[in-house]
Amino acid sequence: MPNWFSKWLENQKHTRAFHPSWILLVVATTIIIAGIVWIPAALVSKAEYDRLPSAALPASEKTSAPTGEIPAAVEQPGFPAPTGPKTIRVDFSPPDVGDLPSGEFGEAVRLGRNIFNDTQTYARAYVGNGLNCVNCHLDEGRKANSAPLWAAYVMFPAYREKNSRVNSYEDRLTGCFRFSMNGKVPPPGSKELIALMSYSYWLSKGAPVGVELAGRGYPKLAEPQQPPDAARGKKVFEANCAICHGADGQGTQVSGRYAFPPLWGKDSFNAGAGMTQVHNAAAFIRANMPLGQGNTLTEQEAWDVAKYMNSHGRPVDPRLVKS
Amino acid sequence: MRTKAFNPPCLLPHSALKGLKGGLPAWIALIAWVGLGSGAVHADRLAGAALAQQGGPGMTACVACHGARGEGQAAAGFPRLAGQPKAYLLKQLQEFANGTRKNPQMEPIARALSAQQRGDVADHYASLPGWKAGAKAAASSPQSLAGSSLATRGNWNKEIPACFACHGPDGAGILPHFPALSGQPSAYTRAQLKAWQAGTRSNDPQGLMKAVADRMTDAEIDAVSLYLEHPSFSGRRE
Repeated sequence: MPNWFSKWLENQKHTRAFHPSWILLVVATTIIIAGIVWIPAALVSKAEYDRLPSAALPASEKTSAPTGEIPAAVEQPGFPAPTGPKTIRVDFSPPDVGDLPSGEFGEAVRLGRNIFNDTQTYARAYVGNGLNCVNCHLDEGRKANSAPLWAAYVMFPAYREKNSRVNSYEDRLTGCFRFSMNGKVPPPGSKELIALMSYSYWLSKGAPVGVELAGRGYPKLAEPQQPPDAARGKKVFEANCAICHGADGQGTQVSGRYAFPPLWGKDSFNAGAGMTQVHNAAAFIRANMPLGQGNTLTEQEAWDVAKYMNSHGRPVDPRLVKS
Repeated sequence: MRTKAFNPPCLLPHSALKGLKGGLPAWIALIAWVGLGSGAVHADRLAGAALAQQGGPGMTACVACHGARGEGQAAAGFPRLAGQPKAYLLKQLQEFANGTRKNPQMEPIARALSAQQRGDVADHYASLPGWKAGAKAAASSPQSLAGSSLATRGNWNKEIPACFACHGPDGAGILPHFPALSGQPSAYTRAQLKAWQAGTRSNDPQGLMKAVADRMTDAEIDAVSLYLEHPSFSGRRE
């Protein structure tokens, strides 16, 4: 023990300001308090799960529910969720496209669907690159693990660190236009935003609000075994991605429109888009690429090719541009 | 205000211009190169057209099975060739020749062709007009609706992407690798999907088609093959 420390300890003992056995006391108290908080929290979490509407649960979970076991769909059973029921995962399927509603609202839903699938035509004024919403949200925004609209819609309003405030779903949509579409933000209440909100709302019909639905976002990957490497990623790209996205990553056009989207360069998402974060891109790629062959790349390959994609130039982050 | 002199962008590197200024021979070489180059391309296509019409030693004329305008033969399931990407047609001929793609009729024909001839005939068929939506009224039976849905939307519950996601808007193909599907005889499309399932056709890049075909039921294959023979695009955008 260093000399100055023993001197200080002796001094503390003599002045009765401190005694080493107090450390023991503090640790024991912390453990007891943690236990008192943890046990009821775990019980509440389980009770919340049991109270969820049974229609929202898949059949396999319904049959296992009476045994009293916590179904596997609950994330990390036994650990209290920091925000209660929010992290309980529920399976959900959006309504069939044949059941699109009629009337004025139906028209808004249809416009929203058209904007989503063909943003270049239906929201031309607000798009600054060659992309369509459906490029990153596959199957018309319906596909689980491809950031489906129905899983996002029920989680708003929410606080976002990206702009340090509570965002409505409409705010969130404007972020897509600003960054992923490298375009202009449609005014709040514009027919494009109303249409996209209507489409998202319709897709979410029957989903519990404020509950994380299974398939939300892109499935998070474990940390890579080796740091993501663009040189390895280039090889993955050439073997798996170049056939559609082009050897230069600039996509493939048919009659002036991108049939396969550009992954970098002037017609791709800008540097403020979520897809520029390697962990996001890797998660999307692993679950969904190549098209129709999701989950065939290894996780390491997904990390590497995401790193490679994001090692190229793209339009600047508009937040960094002084007007 | 200061006015800037306008400097038009130079389309050729200065060194190249200097070289050309250097003398008449450079100009003559350039003109000869352009003339011969474009002439050679033209000749390829004409030679390909002649092969397609007349055949050659050990080689039946293409038109005998693939139709006078490369439109295919629906009843026999011989595919449409007109308007397909050249690179796709050439790859198929090369792979019939080396046995990577199996077909009792096409293998001997492809082997009888020289590499040059394969290029010529692929170029000829790529240059012919592709399928155009006709006046044939679109049926709206449950089967054709199912086929249309698979072609335009896929079935993501089974990880089946839309056919048109890779084969182009309206199924017209995407250069250079993805062939056109629209207007293809249904017997041909059906046979190919089943061949991928069975593993008797396996020359698709990265196993992309095998992965899709494996997830399709017989009913889905029937529906989509029939739809693609006469696809209708009305009502796709709702």
